[in-house]
Amino acid sequence: MKKIVIREEYCIGCRLCEIHCLVQHSKSKEIIKAYKGEYPKPMSRVRVEQLHHLSFAMQCRHCEDAPCLEACLSGAMHRDKKTGAVLCDEDKCVGCWMCIMVCPFGVIERNTEGKKIASKCDLCTGQEKPVCVKNCPNEAIVYEE
Amino acid sequence: MVKRTAPTEFIVERDEDKCIQCQVCCRMCSNDAHVFEEDLNEVITEHKKCVGCHFCETLCPTGALEVKRSTSETRANANWTKKALTDITKQAETGGILLTGMGCDRPYPIYWDHMLINASQVTNPSIDPLREPMELKTYIGKKPDRIEIVTHLENGKIDPSKVELKTKLSTMLKIETPIMFSAMSYGSISYNACTSLARAAQQSGTLYNTGEGGLHKDLYKYAGNTIVQVASGRFGVHKQYLEAGVAIEIKIGQGAKPGIGGHLPGEKVSEDVSQTRMIPVGSDAISPAPHHDIYSIEDLRQLIYALKEATRYKKPIGVKISAVHNVAPIASGVVRAGADYVVIDGLRGGTGAAPTVIRDNVGIPIELALAVVDARLREEGVRNHASIIAAGGFRNSGDVLKAIALGADAVYIGTSALIAMGCHVCQKCYTGKCNWGIATQDPYLTKRLNPEIGAQRLSNLIRAWSREIKEMLGGMGINSIDSLRGNREQLRAIGLSDTDMKLLGLKPAGEAW
Amino acid sequence: MQLMADRDYKISSACGVLGIMNENGRRFSGENIMKGIALMRERSNGLGGGFAAHGIYPDYKDYYAFHMLFETEIAKNITEEYFKLHYKFIKSEPIPTRQIPEIKNSPLIWRYFLEPKNIGVFETESDFVVSTVMHINQNIKDAFVASSGKNMGVFKGVGYPEDIGRFFRLEEYGAYIWTAHGRFPTNTVAWWGGAHPFGLLDWTVVHNGEISSYGINKRYLENYGYKCSFFTDTEVITYLFDLLIRKHELPIEMAAKVVAATFWSEIDRLPEKQKELHETLRIIYSSALLNGPFAVILANNNMMVGINDRIKLRPLVAARKDDFVFVSSEESAIRETEPVLDEVWTPKGGEPVIGRLKI
Repeated sequence: MKKIVIREEYCIGCRLCEIHCLVQHSKSKEIIKAYKGEYPKPMSRVRVEQLHHLSFAMQCRHCEDAPCLEACLSGAMHRDKKTGAVLCDEDKCVGCWMCIMVCPFGVIERNTEGKKIASKCDLCTGQEKPVCVKNCPNEAIVYEE
Repeated sequence: MVKRTAPTEFIVERDEDKCIQCQVCCRMCSNDAHVFEEDLNEVITEHKKCVGCHFCETLCPTGALEVKRSTSETRANANWTKKALTDITKQAETGGILLTGMGCDRPYPIYWDHMLINASQVTNPSIDPLREPMELKTYIGKKPDRIEIVTHLENGKIDPSKVELKTKLSTMLKIETPIMFSAMSYGSISYNACTSLARAAQQSGTLYNTGEGGLHKDLYKYAGNTIVQVASGRFGVHKQYLEAGVAIEIKIGQGAKPGIGGHLPGEKVSEDVSQTRMIPVGSDAISPAPHHDIYSIEDLRQLIYALKEATRYKKPIGVKISAVHNVAPIASGVVRAGADYVVIDGLRGGTGAAPTVIRDNVGIPIELALAVVDARLREEGVRNHASIIAAGGFRNSGDVLKAIALGADAVYIGTSALIAMGCHVCQKCYTGKCNWGIATQDPYLTKRLNPEIGAQRLSNLIRAWSREIKEMLGGMGINSIDSLRGNREQLRAIGLSDTDMKLLGLKPAGEAW
Repeated sequence: MQLMADRDYKISSACGVLGIMNENGRRFSGENIMKGIALMRERSNGLGGGFAAHGIYPDYKDYYAFHMLFETEIAKNITEEYFKLHYKFIKSEPIPTRQIPEIKNSPLIWRYFLEPKNIGVFETESDFVVSTVMHINQNIKDAFVASSGKNMGVFKGVGYPEDIGRFFRLEEYGAYIWTAHGRFPTNTVAWWGGAHPFGLLDWTVVHNGEISSYGINKRYLENYGYKCSFFTDTEVITYLFDLLIRKHELPIEMAAKVVAATFWSEIDRLPEKQKELHETLRIIYSSALLNGPFAVILANNNMMVGINDRIKLRPLVAARKDDFVFVSSEESAIRETEPVLDEVWTPKGGEPVIGRLKI
């Protein structure tokens, strides 16, 4: 499957990936409305980790052997048969946070938009490539086989 | 008196309706012009710190920023301009030489814009480069006056396939297009910028130039597309380095700062730069103004031949000089001293750091320098003995084509290459704070230039210009760059004085052949 | 009279060209070539025509035959004074002409058979003669050297070529190489000296085309002491071949590869040794490449060569019949002179057709 590959040597720490991820996961999907007109504030599913000049964008790795799948009580966390992406079915999620506990990368977060559910990268379902990749100004994250 | 500080040069206009307080601008500005004030919960811009590099404007996801020149004005005065006042104020404060980067920005005449190119109509057909061969391949180096061959007569005829070649050419540089990347040292520009240039040169079948900063150990793999430079500071020069490239270039002068040596501020001498240059970390690398082993033309000859000896006559040796008043006889001397090619760097040639007063006032435009050098070498019958590479402010393929018609074998592009990599010509290279990750060694900034993207953009530029040159050549009915080189009949002057036209060897527009 | 009127400008022109050679050196009259070139009348416009004839002065074959055009008696006197300083006069006479209504305003037309004297120690006889030609054309007002070789001559002027031929009574001459040219200059001013063929020593050149590389070819030749004072393509073509063949001793086959260079893409496909040869040839002679459309017929006392530009932008047809070689802009002109041919072909761009005198 295609994965998001991190090239930390080119990550400039601008966090445009976070901004575009947030917009993609907002109601309006329009940047100014998403930031200025949506409450609760939409949240990004990618985080830029930074220590001094080393930085990189981190989102769900969609592990082959994903612990979150094992740990999920309700069966909300599942693997998409077509794309191989690890997705959270928001209708089934009961917010037990087991996935958050077991994720080795810490890339699953509590949703802060109101519902008590887990929130994670969905590889921008329906988009040609994830918006973080598309909008990275320096190709520090790429979407590859 | 009240202490004055230099006035604000730029205003960054922020459209508050569009600004989403995402702080990309704050994170990205190396000059700290944008700061997020926690107390106010908003981004504040300190205009005075802006250098006009447009990095924030480029990255702003909502297009909320616009960098403008400050409109604060002093009383209109043709003599005491805002710039004059600013410079004096700065110097009154510091007592220092004003420094700058890039090439001369003064409004001297740009002669390229006073030359027009010819095209065919009726009497000879123009050629379609998409359908017919169109040759840009160029050889740089010493060419003998004539060929020596051995032929065998058979029934009074000669079979061309049995002709034997006696002439042995000295090593030539072969480039697929007459555009090369100018000398820009590792130190003045970043590792990623050097890598971009090297890769692009390889992809485009042309050459890049190490400048006077030595060659980073990782870049030896691009040796086949590298010219190594030897300048007065001899930074990073050792046996392996001399043997690394396809040619060695002795740098006597640079268009941006004729008469003085290279300046690399200590801020830019990082661990890696220090190793490559063979100097201590953080030390200023100030090249001597002259080469202290070249005080005359015969000394230059000795260095040329010392380098030839050192590389067993396998590498062409070039000499780069700045375009100064006496450029024609100097170039002639350089050719006679044994240089295989001579680089003429004009007034508008760039630099990583130079005293502003020198950059803006010393030297002459490349157009005139090139024309008089080519004419002089022909008059003296030595034009074959060396190739001419012109440098200094080539902005587009039209400039390149005009330079070749004036007599250049090839051109060097520096500033254009930097612009392709993102540079907005803010002239702050000497600060080491280049937001575009080009003219800096700061690890926060250097990674902003991804060499894959850099190389691709440079290759695109070379490809685009080469294609345009082919189109223009085709229009003239010429299918080889060989027939354009020195063919001043293909140019006409517009709006120039008789003296200018005489120097450029051009007829006025409207005059037929 | 318009002998020199437009000599300060380069003139572009389109034309018809024709060349006939007998490879055994058998001389034949000018009748035939006049007939052939007349057929291509629509390729010229009456502003220039001319002929080169090789082998016409067997009785004076050891002397340089200078065909001269003078606009004034003064020019003639000055030129003769100059000749006297440097040459022994063997013979001097007006070139016989026939007054016909089609040809007007003819200049003074003389020929001189000369033997050089006082040649410098470091100068070859050819260089000596070339410098004479350069001097007269450059420095003597209203005088023009039409040809300067041994046992040959150029006959040219303003008019249709067949009229020029009748004017010069060419049917009375016998030559083993004849070349002819009808001119269609794209400007209206025409002058006698600017008509083709162009001659230097025993080189003659007729040419149909426009050389876009003229600017650099001219500057290249200047490096070698040639003064291009007539601003015609034919002049630079002549000097180029003189440089390549006489001075640089290249065989015509290789000289052809200079003026119509092999494409780099083709050179890349050649076997290693050939590749090096052609690469070297192009590197050294890059400024001698003739770029732009041309069909040229080049001749000297030993050969006649037809050659096209390398992408063949002007017509050139070749033919053979027994020991005759023909090259022409059009096949019809060849057929007009010789209806039944052994072989007719269209040479490729850059591929020379060579007729050689058998010794």
